[in-house]
Amino acid sequence: MQVRLKSQAISFSALGDSALEISLGDASEAGVIERVHVLVEALKKENPRWINALLPAYGTVVIFYDAIKLPPSLGGEYEAACAWIKALAVSQGVLARRTPKLANKAKPIEIPVCYDSSLAPDLELVAAKVKLSVEAVIKLHSAVTYRVHAIGFAPGFPYLAGLNPKLKLPRLKTPREKVAAGSVGIGGDQTGIYPFATPGGWNIIGQTPVKLFDVKKEPPSLLSGGDEVIFKPITKEAFSQWI
Amino acid sequence: MDMKIHKAGLLTTVQDLGRTGYRASGVPVCGPMDSVALRLANLLVGNSESCACLEITLVGPEIEFSGDRIIALTGAKLQGLEPNRPHLLKAGQKLNLGSCVSGARAYLAISGGVNTEPVLGSRSTYLRGEFGGFKGRALKDSDSLKLGVSRSFKSGVGNFYLHGSPLPPYSSTVNLRVISGAQGAEFLPGLFTQSFTVSSASDRMGLRLMGKALQRKVTQELRSHAVIPGTIQVPADGQPIILMADAQTLGGYPQIAHVCSVDLPLVAQLKANDTLAFSLITLVDAQELLKKREHTITLIREGLRERFI
Repeated sequence: MQVRLKSQAISFSALGDSALEISLGDASEAGVIERVHVLVEALKKENPRWINALLPAYGTVVIFYDAIKLPPSLGGEYEAACAWIKALAVSQGVLARRTPKLANKAKPIEIPVCYDSSLAPDLELVAAKVKLSVEAVIKLHSAVTYRVHAIGFAPGFPYLAGLNPKLKLPRLKTPREKVAAGSVGIGGDQTGIYPFATPGGWNIIGQTPVKLFDVKKEPPSLLSGGDEVIFKPITKEAFSQWI
Repeated sequence: MDMKIHKAGLLTTVQDLGRTGYRASGVPVCGPMDSVALRLANLLVGNSESCACLEITLVGPEIEFSGDRIIALTGAKLQGLEPNRPHLLKAGQKLNLGSCVSGARAYLAISGGVNTEPVLGSRSTYLRGEFGGFKGRALKDSDSLKLGVSRSFKSGVGNFYLHGSPLPPYSSTVNLRVISGAQGAEFLPGLFTQSFTVSSASDRMGLRLMGKALQRKVTQELRSHAVIPGTIQVPADGQPIILMADAQTLGGYPQIAHVCSVDLPLVAQLKANDTLAFSLITLVDAQELLKKREHTITLIREGLRERFI
């Protein structure tokens, strides 16, 4: 196996006048997600008062900031803020040749999914399109450890990377007006879970009884960027009895 | 009962300055479409700037309080109450707000603030997510809401008006200053060479614009990227959308530009069929304008401080 050892590039772009996007490369490249999360942890620890919020998504971290509060020591300018972030990234090994280690690497989170056709309106069509049996689709979908590349679209909705290329499928031509809460879908080379009954354009192949988003919890989203996820097939009985 | 809603109006929601800390969980900021108007309304009644107010859309509500309250209306001009100054509303006295005379969204601050249960650190209503504000929804006729404890004036309700407002002049034909977006250079000229009309399919998530379709030179699909209120994204049909308070945290469409923070109140006050044009400024200029505006608000805050006990 060839091991690439080059230091990681970092780039910055303004997202309006109150946010900036830090890019650490393509999320599908080895080590980029780890680098994103080491940087997020470092920024949280520093917690300067001009930073209002952080949003990791794919190979980027977006910083929402208060231009008014940028300290005079930074010159109060966007470029100076970027230079400060770059120095922090360097000091924390975010850009080092070797992928930085995550401090507390958590175990993959297991999400039960019922692939029964009554909860999976597109499963048979998906199987036909990818020329596999329904059983083979379920097996391939639940055999992988996925990685959360971003949370978005709706509160708690995870964009999961790692889908078997055999299951790659375009989104529906016409999105459904409503998909059931907990629906597990395939969209392009990603899979994801709809936390609420919302409109949706992904191919629905199952449903989880687990609540993905709960305003009474901190954080409210069950999954966070960088988490690992595995799907565990469950029966219709287990699904309906889930508490 | 602290506040009785006799008639709810067209779309009246509880909003404070928004749910800013949960974007990583996919939670939109929500909060007021016109945050400057909300902050000023609060200052006029002796509240902190971040207190929850009522955001009123196009047609106002009819309200009554169980105790004496000081109120102020900012933003869009509504029939029924003189804007930009405090008023005393006695217990049992009805406040009947009519239709918008200009602008689209007005903010009613009540001394003590609207005291609904905060959700994820904010009282802002997230209509689509059905949480926050009052039961996660727009107000309905006969709702009753709790209010907070109000401060009092030193001597009666002030005989004063807001002077030197940091709000840009609302109009149904506006020029919006923007800074370039990540895909700004991928579009043929078009954003700055025409005026656009606001579509009636606009809401708190975003304003849909109609004009000559904007053409992107490349067809490459994009990964989802973070968006902010003010982001102008362009779907395949070439008709731009200005994202606003309830917008999703991530968007997959190309981002041609972002409306400057200081001009977001102008966007908030646009109605269907109003027109707008864009002009490009630099990030440095946009942040200078923001600093000036905040300085003006600081002066108003300091000036009003002496009037309350």
